This record gives sequence, structure tokens and C-alpha cells, in this order.
Amino acid sequence: MSRLATVALLSLVVASTAVAQSPALRWGGDAEGGAPFVEADPANPSGVRGFDVEIAGMIAEGLHRKPQFIQVAWESIEASVERGDFDLGMSGLEDRPALRERHAVTIPYYEFHEVLAVRPADTARYKTVADLAGKRVGTLGGTTAYSILLDAQTKSHVIPISYDDDVHPYTDLTAGRLDAVLLDNIIAERSLRRSGGFVIQPVPVATGHYVGIFAHDKTALRDSANAILLARMRDGSLERSFRKWNVWNPEEAQYFQGVLNPPKTDSPVTAAQQSVTQTPTAGLASIPHYLPALIRAALITLVLSCLSMALAVALGIGIAAGRVYGPSIVRVLLTAYVEVMRGTPVLLQLFVIYYGLSGVVRLPAFIAALLGLGLNYAAYESEIYRAALESIAPAQLEAARTLGLSESQILRLIRGPQALRLALAPMTNDFVSLLKDSSLVSVITVVELTKQTAIYATNIGSWVIPGILCAVLYLVFSLPLSHAARKLEQRWSAS
Amino acid sequence: MTASGAVLAVRNLEVQRGEQRVLRGVDLDVKRGELCALMGVSGAGKSTVLRAVAALTPFSAGTIQVDDVALHPGSLPPESRLRDLRRKVGMVFQAHSLFDHLSVLQNITLAPIHVLRWDVERANATAIRLLESLGVGHRVSALPRQLSGGEAQRVAIARVLALDPLLLLMDEPTSALDPARRNALGETLRDLARQDRGLLIATHDIDFARAHADRVVVLADGVLVETGTPAEVLMNPSHPATRALLQHAS
Repeated sequence: MSRLATVALLSLVVASTAVAQSPALRWGGDAEGGAPFVEADPANPSGVRGFDVEIAGMIAEGLHRKPQFIQVAWESIEASVERGDFDLGMSGLEDRPALRERHAVTIPYYEFHEVLAVRPADTARYKTVADLAGKRVGTLGGTTAYSILLDAQTKSHVIPISYDDDVHPYTDLTAGRLDAVLLDNIIAERSLRRSGGFVIQPVPVATGHYVGIFAHDKTALRDSANAILLARMRDGSLERSFRKWNVWNPEEAQYFQGVLNPPKTDSPVTAAQQSVTQTPTAGLASIPHYLPALIRAALITLVLSCLSMALAVALGIGIAAGRVYGPSIVRVLLTAYVEVMRGTPVLLQLFVIYYGLSGVVRLPAFIAALLGLGLNYAAYESEIYRAALESIAPAQLEAARTLGLSESQILRLIRGPQALRLALAPMTNDFVSLLKDSSLVSVITVVELTKQTAIYATNIGSWVIPGILCAVLYLVFSLPLSHAARKLEQRWSAS
Repeated sequence: MTASGAVLAVRNLEVQRGEQRVLRGVDLDVKRGELCALMGVSGAGKSTVLRAVAALTPFSAGTIQVDDVALHPGSLPPESRLRDLRRKVGMVFQAHSLFDHLSVLQNITLAPIHVLRWDVERANATAIRLLESLGVGHRVSALPRQLSGGEAQRVAIARVLALDPLLLLMDEPTSALDPARRNALGETLRDLARQDRGLLIATHDIDFARAHADRVVVLADGVLVETGTPAEVLMNPSHPATRALLQHAS
């Protein structure tokens, strides 16, 4: 007996030494995605919790390694795992063929359903995606649900609205900005518990599975992880974790049975593959498939940038004139405006205008984006114009005064046009900056060039071709603009 | 018209810049048809007199009367209350101050169109006539930076004359001119005076004043020290400052 105890003690020491000595199992996920997947632990905000955290812990334990969490943006998990930033990527990642082509994918450890959420009054009207022709349906960009909606856009004229997070689709649904939301049942149920105000349609639109991913050449590590996952399914650890996080249901039990006792012809992996509706093409062949959407998004970027700049210039001139000519109270107020707009992130301003003000005025996303960028850039433009106005030689203004021109005529006919010539170069710089900053508006559901590129890259699993196309499109807009501005400057300064 | 019949009557003018008294008790008249040269070394206060008369610099004491428009001590009135003065006083700056972004023609027609509300045809016709009379009719479409110093000055004069002012103020008009051009300018200014205007020309150019002025006024350290015809003042200076000015010029 004592011999047995010694052996047991020894093996415990050996095992714990192995855990201590082997490198940690680095796993990446996005804590912004929240519970029940991964979220910051309220008891210890530097740690994380959620069922994905527990499953990563089980895999690490099975490998005799310590789990180490790496925070990564959800849409970057695939790229990061291949870069070697971490060994395992897990954060409600949806199984799909493209994922299997590019990475070593674990067995699906959870089956979810894509479900439609609608306002209570629409329960009878919008039961399926096909019922939503001409209606706005929100979801997370770059997900299977988004692919389903893009498919439905062609087939039944649904209007897909892409979000960067899974909270705002539901708040926009209850606020009336959307007619429905298509997302994973876990996310829908969580939102329903949290805020309510909508109903989940009982018939799922599609079925999918969550998986973990390793870099494509780490198949041995993946196989070990698969063995551990199967063991944890078998011994009930996974079920306990899912129950703890309130996502266990009889269908899940049935799914586990299917995985543990697979019928010969239908492995869980094949089932997972079949549940996905779209097969994205990869490499150069993907260009014809994605280019039209990319060009559409590029036009949105261009129109949005031009309109925002026009607003910024008009407001900027007004603010600069107010700061140069206005009474002190006006000058103080305008200075405060400029400092607040320049001193806070444009991202925050977009959130405030789109979501913060939605209780008072419910702006369409494009208008909110236009206002957000325009109001922010107006502060920068006004500083350029103010500096330019103040740099006009006083003798020019005195000459104008002795001719009998009024102050407003001097501003309009002499000072303004001369200042505009000085402001042209910095204005061009700002417009190019605005063209690029317009990518921020994807946070309020406007799918512009960068967002569309990210969706493209996520779908094909590579940033090379989408990145090049995106850069080319941005340059197509910015280079002629810089060229035209240089020409105009040369013409104005021509002697 | 002022009580004395002068286009410009300045009485006891004082201008203070901080602690410094730039002008002290200056009395000055300019009559219709008269070309008055305001002389003195640099820093004597010549430009300040012109700027005070043009309501570009406030004055602390005294009065300035241009025809029937009076200016009072204190801060400058808003432009809206200076309209009458602006219609009567034209000023040509030393650096010309043509508007860099406008062509010669646009520089001249700007005020007639926007202040006098003339139509474009009338303004253009007047501008071209003035430019031709000043010998720069061929430069209508040039930009200011494309003009020589003499051309720029004549364009600046044309710009002021387009408004047909009663009193013409000029600051150092000969500073950028060669002797031939200086003489031509003198003739032009005499013609302008003959058109029943008053001309007050700030200059330290003795030859110019001697050849073209009706009257010379000498300023020294902000005080008017001597006044009279060019022959009286410049041939027989009675004040040391005038003698210093003549010595400096020779």
C-alpha cells in the first residue's frame, strides 16, 4: 500500500514538474465577444472566464501544459494562429469548409443554431429569412450568418446589415433600426436574458458548430486536442461546463451522442461541412466573386468621404470665421468645440452619434457616419483655416478697408480666397486622412471598403489578395486627388 | 467742405503708442488742387499722419476733418460708420498692397462693383480708361506679382482713382522708382491735383517735393516744425530738422 502511495506521489511530482517545465499552451480568443464564450472575469478582471476558457483549460490540462490566454480581435484569430501568435484559436469559431482548408481544425465541440430574432409584433410575419424581403437584417460581419444573409440578398432581396459586435444588433432591433437579427442561438438567448424586447423564432435557419483551430501544420497537436475533447465529452466534463454556462439542452446531448458513436457514413465533421451554405473561393479565383462587392464598398467610401469633407469644410470655415471675427463668448464656445472634437477619438464620437443619441434622434447609419466624420474633421479644418486667415498680411486687409469694403466682403473677397490657397495643401492631406478614417464607420454598420476587405479576407482566409485590391482602390481615389491639388497649387503660385 | 475750405484739416493731432507720443499737436491743411508733401526722416511720423487720416490708426487727441466728415479721438469706429470717409479718402500704400490673388483688372474693379454697386461693364470700362491714362493699359490681365515696381504703383493709383476720392494719400510713392519714372509720376500726380483733388504725399524725396509739390510740411519726432512752399522750406530751411533732412538727402 505504501509502495503504491509512493508511486502515486512520484507520478504526481513528475506530472506537476512536466506541467511546470513544458511551455504554456497559448490560446487566443476575443474577450470582447463576452460570455458565455470568453469574457473578462468580474472577480479578477485580468483573467477570463467562459466555456471556451474552460475547454481551452481542459485541452491544456490533457496536454500537461498550463493554459495562457492571448487577447486577439475575433476577426484576426485565423491570421494570428497561422502567424504563431498562439497554438490554439477558440472564441465561438464557426466550422466551415474554408476553415478546414486553411487550418488544423478540432472536432466540433458544440452545435449551435442560427436563429432569427424579431420584435414581438412581427412574430407571425417574419418566421424565416425568406419572409424578410426588402427588410433590414443585422448580424456579425464575416460570420456564417452574414454569408446566409448575403445569399438571401440575392435570392429574396433581404438587406444584410453588418455589425462589429453582437450586442448592438439586438439594441437596434428593439429600437426599430432593424427588422430582424440572425445570429447564433447562444448569442440571441444571452441578449434576450440581458435586455429582452424581442422574440426568437423557434425554427432555426441553419445549424453550425464551434471548433478550435491550430496552425495548418500542427495536425499532431490538433489530434491530441481531439482525443482530449472526445474524452471530455465522454466523461461529462464538457456537459458540466455547458450546463454551468446555461447553454446545455437535449439537442446538445443528442449531438454529443452522434459524435461519440458516429454512424459510419456521416462523421460529425462531414455534418458540419454540410451545414454551411456557402463555399467561398480562394486565391486569384476569388477576385471575380468578391470584386463587385469591393467596388460597391469603395464607392460608399468615396461618397461618404466626399460628403463628410464637404460638411467639414463648410463647418470649418464657419468655425474659423467665428474664432477670428466672433465676440469672445462665441470664440470660447468654438474653441471648446474644436478641443473636444480633436481631443476625443472619432470612434467614440461615432458611437455617441449613432447609439448614444438614438433615444433622441434615430439617425440612419450612413447619415450618422457622415455627421461623425464631418463634425470631427470640421474641427481640424477650422484650425487650418484659422491659421491661414491669420497669416494674411494686415496690409492687404487695410488696403481693402480703405477701399470701403465691409468686413464680410473682405472675408469673402480677399481674406478667404487668399487663405484658401494657403490651406489647400493641408486640406488635401486631411482629405486623404479622412478617406482612410472612413474605415472606422464599420462600427456603426456601414460596410465600406476596409470592412468589405476584412469580410473578403475572413472568407478566403488570406489578406494578400484582398489587401492588395483594397490598397489599389484607396490609391485610385487618393493619388489623383493629391495630383489635382498639386496642380492647383502650382497654378495659384505660378508667376 | 471744412470751414477753412480745405479738403483736409488736421488740428492738434496726437497719437500715442503705449508710453510713446508718436505725434504731438500736428496742424495740417490740404486744399483742393493742392499737392502737399509731408516730409521728414524715417520715424518722424509721416506714415502715422496718413494712417490716422485714413482711420487705420486711432488718435488720442485733436480732430481730423475730411471735407464734411469728422474723425474723433478714441478707438477706431466700426467700418460701417466710416463709409462716408472711405468714399472721400483714397490711400496708396508704400508696398502697393495689391490683392495677390486678383488680376490687375479685378483689383481695380473690386471696389466699384462691390462698394459702389456698379455693373461689371461700367467698372471694366472705367478701369481700362484709368490704366491706359496711367500707361499700364497693356497689363489688365496680369497678376500683381508679374508687375514691375512702377507698374504696380500705377495700378495701385488706378485702384484708388476708380473710386474718385477727394483726398488722395500716398506713402513714399517714389521709393521704388528710377528718376525718369519719378518724374512721370510727379506729372501724373499734378494732373490728379488739377482735377480738384487734394493730395497728401508722405516722402523724404527732396527732388520730388521740390519739383512737384505746391507746399511742403516738415515733421520731426512727431512735431510739425516747418511749412511753406518748396522754395521757402527747401531752399531756406529755418529748422535744424529740415536742414538735417536736406543734408541727409545730399
